[in-house]
Amino acid sequence: MSKNTQIIDKAIEKEYEYGFTTDIEQETIAPGLNKDVIRLISSKKDEPQWLLDWRLKAYDQWLKMDEPDWSKLNFSQIDFQSISYYAAPKPKKKLSSLDEVDPELLDTYKKLGIPLEEQKMLANVAVDAVFDSVSVTTTFKEELQKHGVIFCSFSEAVKNHPNIIKKYLGSVVPTTDNYFAALNSAVFSDGSFVYIPKNVRCPMELSTYFRINAANTGQFERTLIVAEEQSHVSYLEGCTAPMRDENQLHAAVVELVAHKDAEIKYSTVQNWYPGNPKTGKGGIYNFVTKRGTCVGDNSKISWTQVETGSALTWKYPSCILKGDNSVGEFYSVALSNNFQQADTGTKMIHIGKNTKSTIISKGISAGKGQNTYRGGVKIMKAAENARNYSQCDSILIGEECGAHTFPYIDVRNPSAQMEHEASTSRIGEDQLFYCNQRGISTEDAVSMIVNGFCKEVFNELPMEFAVEAQKLMEVSLEGSVG
Amino acid sequence: MLEIKNLHAGIDGKEILKGLDLTIKAGELHAIMGRNGSGKSTLANIITGRENYEVTSGTVKFNGNNILDMSPENRALEGIFMSFQYPVVIPGVNNTYFLRAALNSKLKHNELKEVNAADFMRLIREKLKLVEMDEKYLSRAVNDGFSGGEKKKNEILQMLTLEPQLSILDETDSGLDIDALRIIAQGVNNFRNSERSFLAITHYQRLLDHMKPDFIHVLIDGKIVKSGGMSLAQELEEKGYSWLEA
Ligand SMILES: Nc1ncnc2c1ncn2[C@@H]1O[C@H](COP(=O)(O)OP(=O)(O)O)[C@@H](O)[C@H]1O
Ligand SMILES: [Mg+2]
Repeated sequence: MSKNTQIIDKAIEKEYEYGFTTDIEQETIAPGLNKDVIRLISSKKDEPQWLLDWRLKAYDQWLKMDEPDWSKLNFSQIDFQSISYYAAPKPKKKLSSLDEVDPELLDTYKKLGIPLEEQKMLANVAVDAVFDSVSVTTTFKEELQKHGVIFCSFSEAVKNHPNIIKKYLGSVVPTTDNYFAALNSAVFSDGSFVYIPKNVRCPMELSTYFRINAANTGQFERTLIVAEEQSHVSYLEGCTAPMRDENQLHAAVVELVAHKDAEIKYSTVQNWYPGNPKTGKGGIYNFVTKRGTCVGDNSKISWTQVETGSALTWKYPSCILKGDNSVGEFYSVALSNNFQQADTGTKMIHIGKNTKSTIISKGISAGKGQNTYRGGVKIMKAAENARNYSQCDSILIGEECGAHTFPYIDVRNPSAQMEHEASTSRIGEDQLFYCNQRGISTEDAVSMIVNGFCKEVFNELPMEFAVEAQKLMEVSLEGSVG
Repeated sequence: MLEIKNLHAGIDGKEILKGLDLTIKAGELHAIMGRNGSGKSTLANIITGRENYEVTSGTVKFNGNNILDMSPENRALEGIFMSFQYPVVIPGVNNTYFLRAALNSKLKHNELKEVNAADFMRLIREKLKLVEMDEKYLSRAVNDGFSGGEKKKNEILQMLTLEPQLSILDETDSGLDIDALRIIAQGVNNFRNSERSFLAITHYQRLLDHMKPDFIHVLIDGKIVKSGGMSLAQELEEKGYSWLEA
């Protein structure tokens, strides 16, 4: 046994930092899924009839669909009838300002490092906090309103901006898109909505913090971002959940629409509870459909994700490049430590002329973790002079983990220029000893090497979060060298 | 400073060092010569604490303390440095960042104030001159895309920056052209003082001509079979090793 093993043993003891639960009165509906449950969710949210009809139709479609089995993820069947589809902190009364938010909740977010009191907030970041199924509060609303930016919970948007919702809901990810998107469409509870008017550069970072708290509930949020002509927005989401022995389902849908000359930058720092590091018990099942359409010419959609949590991750943020000269980007760091499994990647669909896409994927596998990159690049017939650059790198820490790469390429226009690079490396004993010999501890050496490996992706994150991502990576990697 | 007594050690159950004795005092430079496979790198790895090498008997003391139970990083922090025979590439990790992390780790260990990026740049630029290295190597990843000679210079740069008490130079001269050899030897010579000790492992007399060791030892089959001064190196150059074999 080496001293490295001891360091690792010690680090394994370290618990998931965000694993606490909040003791708060909650309103939960009984587990199970049927049309009455959907009607109940819809009525709790006071929804218009058209939205209920839309949900019910999605449910009918879901019933006819099969769970996808093409991923490399290995897990036992999800029992959809054992999940509760709605949980909300019981409101004492209708909230009109932050002062009225339950202090327990404010405290929860504080513990997560996200103070919601505006004077204590990160300057220049507006936050929407989603607790279990509902949005708790959105900060900096007035400041944003001055610029005509709408940033609110999805439920509020349904009430206050029904025409925009009606126009765009399901326009990028149709209800029939896939099994989990259909389920989300039927039962989604809340989420965030962003609207940036023409010619507006959103004056601050927008961000949503998702927190699963209640036991036995699923979280099904929906996010919709619409950027009108020549507008610009940068949006970030973060996610955490308590430690629980049973697996919890998270099935979200995110739709982005970028009009002519608009740009949307969407960043994710996903740190759902990954399950018990020793037994693999518990953890979030993260099945997410994220897609953006570059509708207008010269528009740009950029996805950046740092995926360190969840027991399972199934997620392929994608871009449909319709407008001429539109640009799609995907920057990803996915870590699977201990028993975690990640199957993630992107799809870039080139339709317009001179469209360009970039894919940078960094997979890190440690412990018994399994990490799969799955990416598709499709160049349609009309996409004259399309270009794609893909780079998929994997790094392995230890002997029991695995990395897999599945790039799918479909080119229907001969003018396309495609470049693909891939590499797999292992953090070797020789590298660690070299660092040790210079007085650098094994843990510091691993995080130094991994951070170097991820640098290209971290550089894409908004500054406020790049440091956070780096720290998160260090915590998630603790105990990974044996 | 370094005191090795009756050291028996090996790897994978195979005994490589078979009763080695060696004492290096402060201010001395010792050279170890020997054929390929005679156990020179093994000795260096054991002094620095590399995993998987087993010591079956004997002692290794550094400044009076038994170091065999110490972790490699603690041995490094206590002042033992090795210039690797085959320096390791660490992709993605910036050379300057790496070297500053190493220095700060040492400063922290000695309860001294860590250096900030600006002060470190000033310091490292001075050291670069000593090994005639271009600044561009600072912005590259550690040893990534370095030629053999550049890697060796980078090792010496690290030595000059970390200022160890004991420096083990494992075939630092192999693969160097005459200019690089001269630069490296000069770097080492200027670094010598009455408190620092050196163990230079080499095949060639030419390094020793530059460094003028105090003692030369011949390692054959895991044992030091002969020790002497500069004249021994000359003898080896002329006669080879076979006359020393039993
Ligand atoms: N990791 C290892 N596993 C097994 N045998 C090794 C290992 N490293 C070195 N050896 C063996 O130990 C002996 C001494 O090697 P080494 O110390 O590298 O010699 P030198 O540096 O003098 O050329 C050689 O026979 C070599 O093959
Ligand atoms: Mg050797």
